[in-house]
Amino acid sequence: MALDRKTVAHIARLARIKVRDEELDALAVELTGILAWVEQLQKVDVKGVEPMTGAVAMKLKERDDQVTDGGQRDKVLANAPSAQAGFFAVPKVIE
Amino acid sequence: MAGNSTGLTDLTIAETRDGLKAKKFSATEIARAHIKAVEQARHLNAFVTETPERALKDAAASDARIARGDMRPMEGVPLAIKDLFCTKGVLTTAGSHILDGFKPPYESTVTAQLWRDGATMLGKVNMDEFAMGSSNTTSYYGPVANPWTRRGDNRKLVPGGSSGGSAASVAARIAMGATGTDTGGSIRQPAAFTGIVGFKPTYGRCSRWGIVAFASSLDQAGPLARSVRDCAIMLRSMAGHDAKDSTSVDAPVPDYEAVLGRGVKGMRVGIPREYRIDGMAPEIEKLWQQGIAWLKDAGAEPVEISLPHTKLALPAYYIIAPAEASSNLARYDGARFGLREKGATLTEMYENTRAAGFGKEVRRRVMIGTYVLSSGYYDAYYIRAQRVRALIARDFTQAFEKVDTILTPTAPSAAFAVDEKTDDPIAMYLNDVFTVTVNLAGLPGISVPAGLSADGLPLGLQLIGKAFDEPTLFRAGEVLEKAAKFTARPAMVAG
Repeated sequence: MALDRKTVAHIARLARIKVRDEELDALAVELTGILAWVEQLQKVDVKGVEPMTGAVAMKLKERDDQVTDGGQRDKVLANAPSAQAGFFAVPKVIE
Repeated sequence: MAGNSTGLTDLTIAETRDGLKAKKFSATEIARAHIKAVEQARHLNAFVTETPERALKDAAASDARIARGDMRPMEGVPLAIKDLFCTKGVLTTAGSHILDGFKPPYESTVTAQLWRDGATMLGKVNMDEFAMGSSNTTSYYGPVANPWTRRGDNRKLVPGGSSGGSAASVAARIAMGATGTDTGGSIRQPAAFTGIVGFKPTYGRCSRWGIVAFASSLDQAGPLARSVRDCAIMLRSMAGHDAKDSTSVDAPVPDYEAVLGRGVKGMRVGIPREYRIDGMAPEIEKLWQQGIAWLKDAGAEPVEISLPHTKLALPAYYIIAPAEASSNLARYDGARFGLREKGATLTEMYENTRAAGFGKEVRRRVMIGTYVLSSGYYDAYYIRAQRVRALIARDFTQAFEKVDTILTPTAPSAAFAVDEKTDDPIAMYLNDVFTVTVNLAGLPGISVPAGLSADGLPLGLQLIGKAFDEPTLFRAGEVLEKAAKFTARPAMVAG
C-alpha cells in the first residue's frame, strides 16, 4: 500500500504533529517502505486465532473504588510550561 | 587501558557486598571512585544527568547502616538509572526534547525498591528517544559511544540500544550495575554489544509504574551488570507486585541468587532452527554451536525445536509497538509538562510542540501507529498483528512442552559504527530479530557475554525461559558464563 502526500498529511494531522509540505514526499516513501515490509502479515492464516491483547494471560486485579491519591495540585502544576491560578494555561480555545 | 588506582570500580556487586561487610572499604569510598569514573568517562556521553551529591548522601547512609550491622541487599552499590525511570526531583528526559525540564514529583516503583535496598544513585543515563532504537543514536542528547573498539580501529561504535547509556556505563566500569527496559531487545542487545549480562524478566515481574511508557504490553524493566550473579541480586530488589501497576504479578519473588551453582544437569535446551537466518555472520553461528557444546558438557541435553512463526515477529512488533506508542505518546501535548512551542490555537500549539519535541524515529513510529489504528485499517493491521502475536506465543508454549530453556544468539552481529547502517529503518529494526519474539510472548530472556568476534568485539548468547521461570535462566546463564570465561575488557575502562 503506497501512501500519497495527502494521506501522510492526514496521518500527521491525526497524530497532531506538524509536518511541513516539503517533508511530505520523503515521509511518504519511508512510511510506505515500512508498510510494505509489514505487508507479509497479510499472507498468514490467522483464521480462528484470537488476538493476543496482553503479554501474559492474567486476570487483572480489582480493588475497591476508593480515592487513594489526590490533593497534589501544586506538585502536578510544578512541571507545567504555563500555569495560572491553579490551572494549566493554554492558548485561547473559545472566541 | 587505564588501570584503576583503587580497584573499587572493578568490583562486582557480590564482591562489594562481601567487602563492605568485612569493612575492607566503605560505601563512601566506593561512591567516590565511581563519581571519579563518571567524570573521566564523559566522552562516552553515557550520562544525561550526574548526581554526585546524591551518591555521596546515599553512601553515607549506607555506611551508617553498615556500622550498625544492618546491611540491606543492595547496600552501597552505585547504579546508573536509565533516563526512562522517573526519579523524584531529578530530571527525567526519556532521551527526548519533549520532556525538557521534567522533574517528576514521584519515584518509579523499581528505583524506589533499589533505594529501599540501599543502592547508591550515580545519575541518569542516556538512551534512544523513548526507548525507540537499537543503537542509542536517536537520543536528543546525542549518541553514546561503546567503550569497546575494534582491534586496530579507533572508530566509535554504537553501544546498542535502547539502554545504551546503561550498557556503556557498566562495561566501562563507571557503574556497577544499571537499570534498563526491554521492549524488543533493549536490555539484551546492548548487553551483548558491550560484553556484559542483561536480563529481561517475564512481563509483569517488575512494576512498570513510573517508567515512561513506550509500548505497554511489551515494556519490562530489568538489570544490566557484569555477572549473572549481580543480575540475580539486582532483579530480586527490582521485582515484585505493585498495586499501582495492574499488570504486575502478585507472586512471591524468589531468591534468584540461591539457585546459582545448581547447574544444568538433565536440563533440555531447545535450539530453534528458524533462528539460523540468512546473512548471519559465520562467527555468530560458531558461537551458538559453542554454547550448545558448553551446555552439553555441563550435562544438558540439546533438543532441536521449531518456532515456525519467528520471521513474522518483527513485522508484528512494528505494528503493535508503534500502535501502543502512538497512544502512550499522546500525552505529550505541551500543556502539562516538558516542552511547549507557541501556536495561535490549541491545535497548533499541540502540532508545533510535537513536531519540535519528537525526533525523526519517534515521529515515524507515532505516525505508523496512528495509521494502523485509524478507521478502516485497525482490523487489517492492528488486530491481524495481535493474532500473529498469539501464534508466536503459541510457538513458545508448544516448544516449552519439550524443553526447559531455549538457546539462541542475542543479536545477528557485533556492535557497528554509526555510519555503517544506512538510513533504512528496516535494516536497523533487524538488530532485534532474535530478541523481539521474547517480548511478544511476554517471556524472560538473558544475554550472557560468550566470546569475541574476529575483530575483538563482544558477542552474546541468549537464553529464553518459560514465563516466571527466571531461576532456570540464572542457572543456565551461570553455566554459560563459567564456560565462556569472558574476561576481555573494553578499550576504554574508567578509573
